[in-house]
Amino acid sequence: MKIQALGCGCKRSTTNYEAVVAAAKELGIPDEVEFYKDPDGIMAMGIMSTPALVIDNKIYSMGRVLNVEQAKELLLLAQKGTGCSCGK
Amino acid sequence: MEKMEQNLEKSDPEVPAKPTKKWYQRAWLWWTLGVISFLVALNLTLGFTIGWDKTKIPWDFLSDQVLGMKWLNSLLGLLITTIGGSFPTDSWQYRIESSVQFFVYDFIKIGILLCVLIFFVSYVQSFFPPERTKKILGKFHGIGANILGALLGTVTPFCSCSSIPIFIGFTRAGLSSGVTFSFLISSPLVDLGSLMLLVGFFGWPIAIAYVAVGLLIAVIGGTIIEKTHLGDAVKDFVKAGPSAIDIDAPTLRQKDRLIYARDQMWGTYKKVFWYIVIGVALGAVIHNVIPAEWVENVLGGNTWYGVLVATVAGVPMYADIFGTLPVAEALYTKGAGLGTVLAFMMSVTALSLPSLIMLSKAVKPKLLTIFIGVVVFGIIAIGYLFNAFGYLFI
Repeated sequence: MKIQALGCGCKRSTTNYEAVVAAAKELGIPDEVEFYKDPDGIMAMGIMSTPALVIDNKIYSMGRVLNVEQAKELLLLAQKGTGCSCGK
Repeated sequence: MEKMEQNLEKSDPEVPAKPTKKWYQRAWLWWTLGVISFLVALNLTLGFTIGWDKTKIPWDFLSDQVLGMKWLNSLLGLLITTIGGSFPTDSWQYRIESSVQFFVYDFIKIGILLCVLIFFVSYVQSFFPPERTKKILGKFHGIGANILGALLGTVTPFCSCSSIPIFIGFTRAGLSSGVTFSFLISSPLVDLGSLMLLVGFFGWPIAIAYVAVGLLIAVIGGTIIEKTHLGDAVKDFVKAGPSAIDIDAPTLRQKDRLIYARDQMWGTYKKVFWYIVIGVALGAVIHNVIPAEWVENVLGGNTWYGVLVATVAGVPMYADIFGTLPVAEALYTKGAGLGTVLAFMMSVTALSLPSLIMLSKAVKPKLLTIFIGVVVFGIIAIGYLFNAFGYLFI
């Protein structure tokens, strides 16, 4: 999975990133979480309110800081969604 | 990176996974909702018992007792005179007592209103993320789009730090500069929370007039910027980048909206706490220490320079509307003109140094100057209009 935590690098988005990393670790997901800070890239995804969570180029949350519980739920959701494309 | 991992180790002790609870089983949720409904219920009950006046129609009851909490003021007055004794109105003891009363009353009132209002308003706002606003606005053109932009500005969650991405996002999506600026002007000026607060402080007619006039400035300001083609004076990188595509905002569940509302409420409270303390303290001083004649002479409705002084003094100030209201209220009861007070509040909240600095990164100095000019001129014009015709609302 390509997991990206989007944000400007401010406190809110760092909290969000850390929650996602912690959630991925708890779920035993080996993929690294990327802290994506490029404003042009964020804009190109159509996102204007960060922090946001993008998994495999699909937006799972934006404009709010996730806690670990919420991040876990979204990661599980993403895993289910991509579960059938058993490429990896 | 190392530091990050250390943090993780700390925040992630090896505990077995807890069974996940349903959203309505969370303790915090019931605590938050419980506290909020307790405050609402307490307010209603005490408003009915202590502050009930049969001659007043329900709307006034809502504004005076529920949002204005006048019952609390009477209760505090009683409490303070019981403890400190009552004095004639011209003695210094009386002034100190009523300053204390003003401070405690306004502090409690703003604190409670802020929590309850921000919670509900954030819940509503969670339905209007900027991405969705952009998508809605893209479907409209002309003056209708300006009005809609101003209206959506009141419900879209917004702060000075997010103005740049929103500005760039709107521009790249091909929204007209008029719509973008209508949105940017109305967003800090008018929002649902401040509308409710204004009702509590000044009553319905003035609150509604404030909102209507704020929207009017936003629509007219946006239109001027568009018609003069000054809106094109943005920095090159704003237009150069990839155009933002329309996306569907991920659907939030009830639980997510409630968490969002709770986080917003707590975040806002922490952020504006000291503004409120300073604002209320200033209000208390103005309320009882500064002679009414001074206020009337400088800021009264009859002087020609009152509005100018208030507006110019307010522009560099950066405070939340929650911190500004007690000052405005104190000035108003001391005889400052209604227009003057509204102009002061608008210039403090609409134009602030941090948001102007953010905006200057994206637009050329010429456009920034015009933006400031249009908003300041609009606020001054409104100040004079309200001073001249304000008696219609009181």
